[in-house]
Amino acid sequence: MSHPLNPFPSCRIEATQLACLRGFNSLFEGLSLTVSSGNTIHVTGANGSGKTSLLRILCGLSLAETGQINWNGNNIQSVSSEYRANLSYLGHKPALKPDLTAYENLVSAAATGNRALREADSTATEYLRLLGVVHTRDRLCRQLSAGQKQRIAVARVVMSDAPMWILDEPGTSLDTEGMELLSSLMRRHIERNGLIIFTSHHGFDLPIDRLDRICLDST
Amino acid sequence: MTTESLNTSGRGKKWLWFHRFGSPAWVYGFANRWAMPIGIVALLLFVVGLYQGLIVAPPDYQMGDSYRIIFIHVPSAWLSMFSYFVMAASAGIGLVWHIKVSDLVARSIAPLGAMFTFCALVTGSLWGKPTWGTYWVWDARLTSELVLLFLFIGYIALSNAIEDRRTASRASAVLALVGVINLPIIHFSVEWWNTLHQGSTVTKLGRPSIDTRMLIPLLIMFVAFNFYFLSAVLNRLRCELLSQERRTQWVREIVHG
Amino acid sequence: MNDQTVSTMSAMMALVRRDLIIAMRERGDMLQPVLFFIIVVSLFPLSVTPDKTLLMQAGPGIIWVAALLATLLALDGIFRPDHEDGTLEQLVLSPHPLSLLVLAKTLAHWLVTGLPLIIISPLLGMLMQLSGDAIIVLCGALILGTPALSLIGAVGVGLTVGIRKSGVLLSLVILPLYVPVLIFGAGAVQAAMVSLDPQPHLLLLASFSLFSLAFCPLASATALKISVN
Repeated sequence: MSHPLNPFPSCRIEATQLACLRGFNSLFEGLSLTVSSGNTIHVTGANGSGKTSLLRILCGLSLAETGQINWNGNNIQSVSSEYRANLSYLGHKPALKPDLTAYENLVSAAATGNRALREADSTATEYLRLLGVVHTRDRLCRQLSAGQKQRIAVARVVMSDAPMWILDEPGTSLDTEGMELLSSLMRRHIERNGLIIFTSHHGFDLPIDRLDRICLDST
Repeated sequence: MTTESLNTSGRGKKWLWFHRFGSPAWVYGFANRWAMPIGIVALLLFVVGLYQGLIVAPPDYQMGDSYRIIFIHVPSAWLSMFSYFVMAASAGIGLVWHIKVSDLVARSIAPLGAMFTFCALVTGSLWGKPTWGTYWVWDARLTSELVLLFLFIGYIALSNAIEDRRTASRASAVLALVGVINLPIIHFSVEWWNTLHQGSTVTKLGRPSIDTRMLIPLLIMFVAFNFYFLSAVLNRLRCELLSQERRTQWVREIVHG
Repeated sequence: MNDQTVSTMSAMMALVRRDLIIAMRERGDMLQPVLFFIIVVSLFPLSVTPDKTLLMQAGPGIIWVAALLATLLALDGIFRPDHEDGTLEQLVLSPHPLSLLVLAKTLAHWLVTGLPLIIISPLLGMLMQLSGDAIIVLCGALILGTPALSLIGAVGVGLTVGIRKSGVLLSLVILPLYVPVLIFGAGAVQAAMVSLDPQPHLLLLASFSLFSLAFCPLASATALKISVN
């Protein structure tokens, strides 16, 4: 694995007084959180409590009703390109084109993301190997199982080399071995001074002192 | 919520008057106070204008009495265009500066604009029957009005199809802006098409010289239509505001007395 | 700064390549708009008249309306599959300007759906009894006009991609905006049919397409950001 394990420069995301409405109902109000390099936040809550909405707001995909989000002290709206270059998001869907092979998916995701194409070409296979799905390299994604697709999606996140990961249920469809793999990758990311915001119904084996919890049920 | 966030982000006092337009409660009060009086003025002007136009004004030496439809047609046609521009402008303001009231103004205008466009089309074709011998002639103005009606319908359909109100407002604002940029081009292309296919022989509705006794009722009707438009927008805005802000304290106070 | 431009360019190229590869793997889908185009045009002689002079008169308009409908039919493919598999979110989150990525996708879509229409159009011109000159002008007008159809269409799809069933809505939103293309495009061919100079029409068509090129990607990008909300 020729991955450069040099640490990320320190960074920090700070959300203040976020509110989110669905229709006329409030999902959450007055929500504030801060995460800095080397730390993680586990967002918990019942179904429909707004976990996915919160993650999408933090990504800048959705607009909060009120409140603002700062990246290293700047509003993410004003540094949106820089912010997105530092962000890797894993949503409900694995974001793979069914008509491309696993390899092609990773390469094109890297090229439209923040990596130069040539660099991506040589490393995509290594990441597939890292996630234990190198045998799917040249198979169309439509033929793969949900768990295999999820592993490739995780490979995309790791490969993006972004300091901030926002993961929505990253453990979906993964088997035990896959979960352990994901845990170890998350630990490695924290050790590299990265930061992670995630939702999950499963627990991950993460260092307790680096882990915060936010529960959306209380409101 | 909007009020507070707008007031705290206000830059200096001279903008404070402007921010009142961003406050739903203030705008509701304003609309509530003015919708009715403006509507009454519009009604009075309608009565006077129609009396002047249908009874006092003399018949046209060429078209006889059929020209009298211009007292309805011309103001409708004007308002159809005008309301599209106002709708696009306020939708655009809502999109860029996240002013909810502005979105609601656009939403209130859309059906009215479509109605005026429809009115202009119907009166135009009614006038066409005695003048051209047929209800519909592919005249440049009528065709432009028809396309405008389609633009209004697209706007309304889009904003109704999207469930989330804020997304609906923002998406239809983009459509209104694209439409307003395209409108002059569409108008020009239709004119161009028309001159190629029909020559410039088609008589135009508004002619260069017009008798004062015809002009006065036209102007009165024009003002009446504009007042009616204003009053109707304020009225619709009132309802939109109550519905949009139903969770807030000020609406609860109004509803429960 | 320069590096940024280079990497945005390579992102655009990668996106075009990606979409072309996907289109090549679903070649059957690619043929559908072309077949639709041919069928619609050949319905007109059956429903109106096979009379040669009448077909000559109506031909340019019929071909243009059919091209417009064929474009409309294929339009959803520009963003909807991406929206469904989640790659659209990833594009919105890309650090590159979304309007340029949208432009790349529109280009790929035009290559896949617009270009085949242009290639098949001489055949349809012959079916509609157009003269040789008129067929050349028809091709030219389609080359100049179909990019505007794709660019404006991308805005419409961007606006409606979040709505589950948007087929009719998309046409309501988009078709009025297609009016200038239809007028200038069909006008050019008609002018050529009666031995008039089609150049003014073609120039107007070209300027409309350039205008769309400047504004539509921005509008589509804004629309997409709103729709993925």
